Amino acid sequence: MLRRRVIPCLDVRGGRLVKGINFESLRDCGDPVDAAGRYAAQGADEIVWLNISAGEEDWRALLGAVERAAETVDVPLCVGGGIADPEQARQLLLAGADKISINTAPLDRPALIAELAARFGSQCVVVAIDAARRNGYGDGSWEAHASAGRRPTGRDAVEWAGEAARLGAGELLVTSIDSDGTGQGYDLELLAAICAAVRVPVIASGGAGGPADIARALQTGASAALAASIFHDGVHPIDEVKREVAACGLPVRI
Amino acid sequence: MSTVTLIDYGAGNLRSLRAAFERVGAAVEVAAGADNVDAAERLVLPGVGAAAPAMAALRTRGLDAAIRRSQAPLLGVCLGMQLLFERSAEGNVECLGLLPGQVVAIDWAARVPHMGWNDVAGEQGSAVCYFAHSFAVDCEPALVAGRTPIDDRQVPTVVRRGRLSGVQFHPEKSAADGRRMLEAWLAA
Repeated sequence: MLRRRVIPCLDVRGGRLVKGINFESLRDCGDPVDAAGRYAAQGADEIVWLNISAGEEDWRALLGAVERAAETVDVPLCVGGGIADPEQARQLLLAGADKISINTAPLDRPALIAELAARFGSQCVVVAIDAARRNGYGDGSWEAHASAGRRPTGRDAVEWAGEAARLGAGELLVTSIDSDGTGQGYDLELLAAICAAVRVPVIASGGAGGPADIARALQTGASAALAASIFHDGVHPIDEVKREVAACGLPVRI
Repeated sequence: MSTVTLIDYGAGNLRSLRAAFERVGAAVEVAAGADNVDAAERLVLPGVGAAAPAMAALRTRGLDAAIRRSQAPLLGVCLGMQLLFERSAEGNVECLGLLPGQVVAIDWAARVPHMGWNDVAGEQGSAVCYFAHSFAVDCEPALVAGRTPIDDRQVPTVVRRGRLSGVQFHPEKSAADGRRMLEAWLAA
């Protein structure tokens, strides 16, 4: 049976692992390749790297880190953050990324999704959707945001999910802007709405405070759940999360 | 220890596969031309992307003929396994035709691509491996050495006949279970 996936997300800047509450207080936390290897050894089903810098030097450092990861990490690696054109995607895939995640660029130019899918295959094209509730809870309406959640686009997030899948996205990474960073749980209504609207796998993101939140996110129909701080803080190791998911009757790789 | 020759037809990154074989003690070479394929001791046909451009790339480089005439053990990985068969519905393209069978769209599953970790059950026991694909092989049972459940259907995900082997999953991304698969192929 296809297992539900548990995915740690690492912020990477200039080829280094960073952590911080906001961009001003980022701390260097070592080599992202080491961290990815540690998570893989602990049972992570996949690793996501979010590149949070835009400089040319940082880009080359990122490619170098992806190359090293491809040599040592024996689970899939998805890299996202600031990817705007097929050439950047090509460089990351050649360096050894298994998937690339795009977010703002396809909102500005949806055809990018079809171009990447035709050239590299849908299986490596992840469209990340940052969604914010329009009118609070219970309304069932979300707006897709660009530029790391800062720019509202006017697009309905669920409709955008459907369009991204039709254009060739192989997977959707759905982050709730309202829930992200709260530790109060994922936006389960958002996940359920998008899971019902598309046939591609959905990765839940934003709001995990503990293993029970991840289990609840996966019960909406999401194929995978992504989290950052609960893993980085070391409070909830990946195997604890997976045991909780298994206890809820969902298949996981243990 | 064996030398493994990875067939490079521009399908993308070979780094992960190379590293996975090196981790199990194999020496690895990359073949970009037919001469390298002819001289190979063991061949690996990787594959990422779509069947039609992959077949076109193999033909342009004369690699399709070299693969057909080779007598070396060959392992096809993911799309590389699919290319061993006669035809693929992905782009409706003729493939290498080394094994009888077709590649069909996974149109029965609730979610496509078939993405993530799933069981591989077969003659060498069971494993859990990483998959990322939207098409699957449909072939006679005699070729099938391992199967994977995609929703309610059992799909061939390990095939074998004579010198030819294929795996639909990515052993290089399948942690310890993938490593064991590569070791078994090198020992066979």
